[in-house]
Amino acid sequence: MSLTRNNVETIARLARLAVTEDEASSYASSLSKILHLVEQLNVADVSAIEPMAHPLAGMVQRLRADEVTAVDEHEKFQRNAAKVSSGLYLVPKVIE
Amino acid sequence: MIQTSNDVMTWETVIGLEIHAQLATKTKIFSGSSTAFGAAPNTQANLVDLGYPGVLPVLNQNAVKMAVKFGLAVGASVATRSVFARKNYFYPDLPKGYQISQYELPIVEHGKMDILLEDGSTKTIRITRAHLEEDAGKSLHEDFHGFTGIDLNRAGTPLIEIVSEPDMRSAKEAVAYMKKIHTLVRYLDICDGNMQEGSFRCDANVSVRKVGAEKFGTRCEIKNLNSFRFIEKAINYEVARQIELIEGGGTVQQQTRLYDPDKGETRALRSKEEANDYRYFPDPDLLPVVLDDALINGIRASLPELPDEKAQRLVREFDLPAYDASVLTASRELSEFYEQVTALLKGDAKQNTKLAANWVMGEVSAALNRDSLEITESKVTAEALAVLLSRINDSTISGKLAKEVFEAMWSEGKSADAVIEEKGLKQITDSSAIEKAIDDIIAANPKQLADYRSGKDKLFAFFVGQVMKVTAGKANPSQVNELLKQKLAG
Amino acid sequence: MTELHTQTLAELSAGIKAKKFSSVELTRHFLNRIEKFDAELNAFITVTPELALTQAQAADARIAAGQASVLTGLPLAHKDIFCTDGVLTSCASKMLSNFVSPYDATVVARLKDQGVVMLGKTNMDEFAMGSSNETSYYGAVKNPWNLTKVPGGSSGGSAAAVAARIAPAATGTDTGGSIRQPAALTSLTGIKPTYGRVSRYGMIAFASSLDQGGVMCLSAEDAALLLQAMSGFDERDSTSVEMPVPDYRTTLNQPLKGLKIGLVKEFFEQGLSEENAKPVRDALAVYEQLGAQLVEVSLPNLPLSVPTYYVVAPAECSSNLSRFDGVRFGYRCDNPKDLMDLYTRSRAEGFGSEVKRRIMTGAYVLSAGYYDAYYLRAQKIRRLITEEFAAAFQKVDVLMGPTSPTTAFDIGAKVDDPVTMYLNDIYTIGANLAGLPAMSIPCGFLGGLPVGLQIIGSHFAEAKLLNVAHGYQQVTDWHKRMPERYA
Repeated sequence: MSLTRNNVETIARLARLAVTEDEASSYASSLSKILHLVEQLNVADVSAIEPMAHPLAGMVQRLRADEVTAVDEHEKFQRNAAKVSSGLYLVPKVIE
Repeated sequence: MIQTSNDVMTWETVIGLEIHAQLATKTKIFSGSSTAFGAAPNTQANLVDLGYPGVLPVLNQNAVKMAVKFGLAVGASVATRSVFARKNYFYPDLPKGYQISQYELPIVEHGKMDILLEDGSTKTIRITRAHLEEDAGKSLHEDFHGFTGIDLNRAGTPLIEIVSEPDMRSAKEAVAYMKKIHTLVRYLDICDGNMQEGSFRCDANVSVRKVGAEKFGTRCEIKNLNSFRFIEKAINYEVARQIELIEGGGTVQQQTRLYDPDKGETRALRSKEEANDYRYFPDPDLLPVVLDDALINGIRASLPELPDEKAQRLVREFDLPAYDASVLTASRELSEFYEQVTALLKGDAKQNTKLAANWVMGEVSAALNRDSLEITESKVTAEALAVLLSRINDSTISGKLAKEVFEAMWSEGKSADAVIEEKGLKQITDSSAIEKAIDDIIAANPKQLADYRSGKDKLFAFFVGQVMKVTAGKANPSQVNELLKQKLAG
Repeated sequence: MTELHTQTLAELSAGIKAKKFSSVELTRHFLNRIEKFDAELNAFITVTPELALTQAQAADARIAAGQASVLTGLPLAHKDIFCTDGVLTSCASKMLSNFVSPYDATVVARLKDQGVVMLGKTNMDEFAMGSSNETSYYGAVKNPWNLTKVPGGSSGGSAAAVAARIAPAATGTDTGGSIRQPAALTSLTGIKPTYGRVSRYGMIAFASSLDQGGVMCLSAEDAALLLQAMSGFDERDSTSVEMPVPDYRTTLNQPLKGLKIGLVKEFFEQGLSEENAKPVRDALAVYEQLGAQLVEVSLPNLPLSVPTYYVVAPAECSSNLSRFDGVRFGYRCDNPKDLMDLYTRSRAEGFGSEVKRRIMTGAYVLSAGYYDAYYLRAQKIRRLITEEFAAAFQKVDVLMGPTSPTTAFDIGAKVDDPVTMYLNDIYTIGANLAGLPAMSIPCGFLGGLPVGLQIIGSHFAEAKLLNVAHGYQQVTDWHKRMPERYA
């Protein structure tokens, strides 16, 4: 499968990445190569195989006790934020 | 305002609901942050809730148990193995850029809920599934110098999303179904049901089709409806909009819409105009949730009596009308209040059930409404009401005076006996006292007596009134009737 | 006295215990070497001399109080993928070039508890995506064996730092070979434990179902020491395994007689020149002399590891990296005109091109209409490969083969061709897909550049791997060789 520049622009938008036209062309070429590599997977017969999402078979989710362990540290956490005001993170106005 | 089509009878409305119920856990679904409502912005958002680099989710056991409880209560199958998936999309109130939800293997599938229709018949709404997921934060659109503020306290609050089949055919049915689910989650104590705070809300999928058509029409999803009134209005508006659109030669576009309660309209959501491609895949940070039969059976055994079961029992055991039974079981607290009252009354159970029903649905509800109180805040407790009703049963006071006593109890916070004593309202059941009163009245009203005896039957009421007046309403009415009849007859 | 920097952790630990030198002296020695050599190596993104000396003083106090563990006072460097409280944690990305972590990763906290001294944070491929350490926002890392060559990646800074003896050991992470391949290219001992053995909490995620933390050091014994302290159940990581950690040192010296070594046929057939294979075959001969038995095994689907990985890893990474949106932490573009602009520009400017390529690959293979053909299919093949490994471990104790198809290549040689670069991990990816523990140990040189031997074990067979590696290191001295320039 080869990707066009348009395909790349669609994916980039989905992934929230700005790309210039030149970048899109370049990514179209490298992503096509990667997909070509990936297409080797088509040789295997997987019709009777269950997909595997996790490397340790049989391990199950542990459940946590419902107890409050967190304390308010928002000032510390917000030191990494570019824009905050009155404890809120700020983003450009969202229009619903 | 859109004109409703004359042709409306030829259209059928099809509605499916996705109800989001916040689970009443102490902490978030994947972190140890508190879920308490109303904290200052971002003070209940820890590293996990903020989606900080490197942090990982660990599942809250109570969220799982509550979802199982719900599943069992709607007769669904509870999955012994369910899987969390990531739903990928970007939004400022979604810190990780994905929502942890369940997709292919939800924890609850194939349930049902019966609703009572206006004609008194019952309809079954199928519940496709209910899955566990995390809530998003909140965007505050008030102007922060041209910015939107993000509060992530709500992010990570556990939700169950309850998805129905498109089985509802009117806004009223949708509201009835939503109310039933609302009642149920509160009975189960898994959701506080507070719609104003957003603990219980729904998205409605609405479409229309010609009556008799097999294929569904294109649907629109109305997001985030958080009052029963809005649901009904939003759906009705949307149905009319779609019919008008089609009849005008247009087609309905599948889209997400928002209900504006001020304008009473729905409008397409601008931020979601792009077709979503959520790229679901199993969350590699979480493992399959495996529940054994012992756990499920333990939860099953702990289920309270459910509203429908309780209503049916009231009808079956106490001959309560179906309507009364459904009103009294509409909330867990109301039904508990009611049952507490009946449990304290002695004597004929059927009679007491009806008496208590009339009082709870009548005086108590009216007083609560008047003072905008919840049943749990009632100024007359179930115990106090039971004492009052006992005084009716043992003929200490008449039903009519009891209402006066109730009002005094409500406003002054006193017991029934104290009010009766204080106001001297105790009923006169001593027949000699009543006889004496009657004799005095007959003696004082010879003309009325003569008229009555000559055939003016209506004057009987005059004599009753006079007796009650001199006894300040305290004479036992049936005794008064009986003795008056004897004496007037001469 | 032997120069401090040429000693293993085990030797340094004994020296501290015997009061031959203090932790402060040891720490100063390595800080001085970093000062002297790191400008040419670029192994560190952040050096933390003040913090290191404070920690060293505390360690000395602890030692004086008789409360030291075997690791107390030993210096070490952390890969910059591990969150370190109060210290820049960049993941070698412009995106996190301003990110001061407010917490310690579990690995970091556990080593801190042991009194280990942190020298600084090492360079790496951006978000661990790369096999040459050339995708770092902080520039390429040089291979101490030849400064025109790459050190491998993604844990290239850790590799270069230890190989040049400017740190006695370093942490690393391995998603597709990121510990083993650079260990091979710089002549180090590196171990990636079983998935779930070491907590991933605080390790910035690349591909969650593949990532695993581990160590890079000078000997199997050192690896045993460090892994011991790092491993174990962590309630903050749902994928962490609740299983006791054995004392790895007690089994290091078990005899290797009768050990069944599986030679993976596909490893020797696929992309490996005879010249490159020779040091590996020589190492196998050493094992035979130690009494081990060589058995050829075949894993027919193993050649599909690379394509499988390049679906699974990008898919997970595309989702894991969505949290970098310029809102709560990390790079934010100047003057975003609206929300979309904030997202697309912050991410486009904050991420490098390889990271963006993988995010897009991942978004594509998960997208509507392609999920089944790519992602689901890859998950199925992942199971096939895992089952083939399991079957092989029915017959043999460990698997062996090369770690890397080539020795260290020239800086810049493969940067323009991602697929050629991806094929560097052809031998290492299988263990990640199956969650198996795997090591690379030095086994010779080719043209003056190191060659690594890969040893793969069954789940939770770290003790066996360390035993097998240690046995070899008792009769060979490849692991003791060091680049002359840094001797």
